[in-house]
Amino acid sequence: MNRFAELLDRLVLTPSRNGKLTLLTDYFRSVGDPDRGLALAAITGDLNIAAVKPAMLRTLVTERMDPVLFGYSYDYVGDLAETVSLVWPQTPGNIPNREPTLGEVVARLQAASRSDGPKVLSGLLDSAGISARFAIIKLVTGGLRIGVSARLAKQALADFGKVDVTEIEELWHGLSPPYTALFAWLEGKAEKPRNTAMALFRPVMLSNPVGDGDLEKLDPADYAAEWKWDGIRVQAVAEGGIRRLYSRTGDDVSGAFPDLADAMHFSATLDGELLVGDPRLATGTFSDLQQRLNRKTVTPKMQQQFPAFMRCYDVLQIGDEDLRALPFRERRCRLETFVGTLDPSRFDLSPFVDFADWQALEELRRAPPHPIIEGVMLKRWDSPYVAGRPKGPWFKWKRDPHTVDAVLMYAQRGHGKRSSFYSDYTFGVWSGGEGEEELVPVGKAYFGFTDEELKQIDKYVRDNTVERFGPVRSVRADRDNGLVLEVAFEGLNRSTRHKSGVAMRFPRISRLRWDKPANEADRIETLQALLDR
Amino acid sequence: MRESAVTYNRLPAAELYPILGIMRASDLLHPRPEGLYCPPGDFFIDPVRPVNRALITHGHSDHARSGHRSVLATQQTLDIMGLRYGEDFADTTQAAQLGETIVLDGVSISFHPAGHVLGSAQIAVEHQGTRIVASGDYKRQKDATCAPFEPIPCDVFITEATFGLPVFRHPPDTEEIARLLKSAAQFPERSHLVGAYALGKAQRVMRLLRDAGYDRPIYIHGALARLSEYYQSQGIDLGTLEPATVEGGKQDFAGAIVVGPPSAFADRWARRFPDPISCFASGWMRIRQRAKQGGVELPLIISDHADWDELTATVKETGAEEIWVTHGREEALVRWCELEGIAARPLHLVGYEDEGD
Repeated sequence: MNRFAELLDRLVLTPSRNGKLTLLTDYFRSVGDPDRGLALAAITGDLNIAAVKPAMLRTLVTERMDPVLFGYSYDYVGDLAETVSLVWPQTPGNIPNREPTLGEVVARLQAASRSDGPKVLSGLLDSAGISARFAIIKLVTGGLRIGVSARLAKQALADFGKVDVTEIEELWHGLSPPYTALFAWLEGKAEKPRNTAMALFRPVMLSNPVGDGDLEKLDPADYAAEWKWDGIRVQAVAEGGIRRLYSRTGDDVSGAFPDLADAMHFSATLDGELLVGDPRLATGTFSDLQQRLNRKTVTPKMQQQFPAFMRCYDVLQIGDEDLRALPFRERRCRLETFVGTLDPSRFDLSPFVDFADWQALEELRRAPPHPIIEGVMLKRWDSPYVAGRPKGPWFKWKRDPHTVDAVLMYAQRGHGKRSSFYSDYTFGVWSGGEGEEELVPVGKAYFGFTDEELKQIDKYVRDNTVERFGPVRSVRADRDNGLVLEVAFEGLNRSTRHKSGVAMRFPRISRLRWDKPANEADRIETLQALLDR
Repeated sequence: MRESAVTYNRLPAAELYPILGIMRASDLLHPRPEGLYCPPGDFFIDPVRPVNRALITHGHSDHARSGHRSVLATQQTLDIMGLRYGEDFADTTQAAQLGETIVLDGVSISFHPAGHVLGSAQIAVEHQGTRIVASGDYKRQKDATCAPFEPIPCDVFITEATFGLPVFRHPPDTEEIARLLKSAAQFPERSHLVGAYALGKAQRVMRLLRDAGYDRPIYIHGALARLSEYYQSQGIDLGTLEPATVEGGKQDFAGAIVVGPPSAFADRWARRFPDPISCFASGWMRIRQRAKQGGVELPLIISDHADWDELTATVKETGAEEIWVTHGREEALVRWCELEGIAARPLHLVGYEDEGD
């Protein structure tokens, strides 16, 4: 249990991806079964502890200590799980010779019934030290919030076994905790587990951005072009009565889109873009789509207002026939016929974009016919469907980003290599009438600049600090003073969380405008106009 | 000084004190804006402003300030003040031997080890049958860089409450150092920057590293040099210390452990180290959010202050009938005393850094 607790403690405070991967692979290497598999399940959200509820925690702890002292403690710490782990009274007689293992803890929690849940939980807390108590409580409350996605955990498994992450993704949904067969394979002690489960995820094919000079070397006749829809990539798999929608990285998102999943009356694996609206009438904007994202459950009203559909652009399997080795041209023919048999309010075909040469396509790319199109995709007619991101067969050619000139308002210190630099910037644009202009923050960016530029901005921040709040400094920014940043971004969403009413997608610093006076930075109306398009 | 609302359920009624020939505790010591004052002895303990006569518990800058006319403290505290402020930090100084009694205007004073940092002492003040112990800052965990705390029986015990909440429970310092060494082995290409206060904590961390068998040179920030040298001169072996200067280029610090004051790591100074892991040795690191906000990747819960269990155990051990709580989270400790039936009140002294650990 202590190893797992220590892993959680380290992961939550380690900002760098490589650092997290090192911690995870070290853990997999040094901890045996079933503990490492259970830890993995806890991290990926695949561990289910039903009968023990977090609500009982507060009752349990105030039965054991003065409620006033508990109140002072909770006020100070601010996190219930952490407070309870720290204040839980340690009764010397209760501490066993060794702390329970993760496997024992999980077994006891999973075996608990609703009525003896509190007793089981308090018994476990009595037997553990502070870090282990915190980990036990986190297991019970679910949601570890340690900054490790399921995707990153799978990458760590791939690193650990020196295999490609797509192999893990393909296997994943057929496996269950504690993943003993998976670890045995990754350690070279057993064959790769065979997947017998239904409706599994197939690793997706990804594209490369069009770089400078790429197109000159390519023959337009070799490629098909499609619009690049700015929805979310999904894979729809239906097999043997099981229907699943997977994200690009193999996370099962079916629960968030029951309306689409219910319409999957087929036996096939389709690749496409999830969008909202009715494909026969109108495609919703990204703001509309956002209403459906990141939700665990979705109300009937939401489903009616923003119905989900899938714009299909590839087919990987029909019935028992694996089509991935076929050239794109043939897969596309099969797809066209197949989509014709599906519910037209839930499935349609991604249309081709006709073009004679790259110049003609360039013009179409710059002026797409719908706001949710963010560019064009190029696909070689003869390309098979391969997992990963091979260079050559598929390209994405995105619309140029939007830019806005904004004024630096706050700067925050970075992490790791950047911990001595002010490297996260909040910037704003002007609002208010003449003579009453004020800056309203519109976004935050922490990349896009060179190391040399970072040093310059850092010096500027230190020399122009107005106030300090912990790791954040507010920087002098008014009509006459301020650093203007050219910020590039992919799109703009309405936001009720931000005072400005807008939220940028993928903002980054594209240029430092040392030359530009602060009062010539853009106004909020410029951004609002983008929203209304 | 007016009486507080706390009822004195164990001492005789206050108006009987002159008749019984004992002194009311609050007449012997009470807070003034300059610090804790003793009217019959005419001295202050750890005054925050320049005064005529100062008794100093230990060398941390919020307790030991320069500019007093005369200072009474342990020799090591006087030495440390001399290092920090220059030899002329006071007009006259007098060294107190631990355990020896000095009489000032009829008030008996004795210094006793507090276990906080090198030279730190509790000050016992006794007059007309009443004894108050002002403990300054203290801890009960074992520390090879200073003499251990000695509980002194007294009528009134004045305690700090820096970590006066039940959430503060310091783990054994050896476990924390083991985590540092494990991380150093796990990330051999990165340097580990350990933030630690320049007096006490830094030297304790270095000594703990040595006790754990770490024998490579420890690199130190310039702000630590003189105090660390002083510790070594007092017989506390810290091994080979080298300045963390840039002469050799960044690669020199790959895999190194570097100790410096916490403020230096947010500073441009830190840029000389390759992909550093920031560590902070402090009791505050018990709270994850504090570590996260400070950008600390490896929190080391090593404190020179008593944690909750040490505070409550010490209060009981002194046998004091009354507890005065100085800087920190007074309300929780006062509440605990009330539950235990011990009279207690906060002193509301100002000028002591709550954050310093």
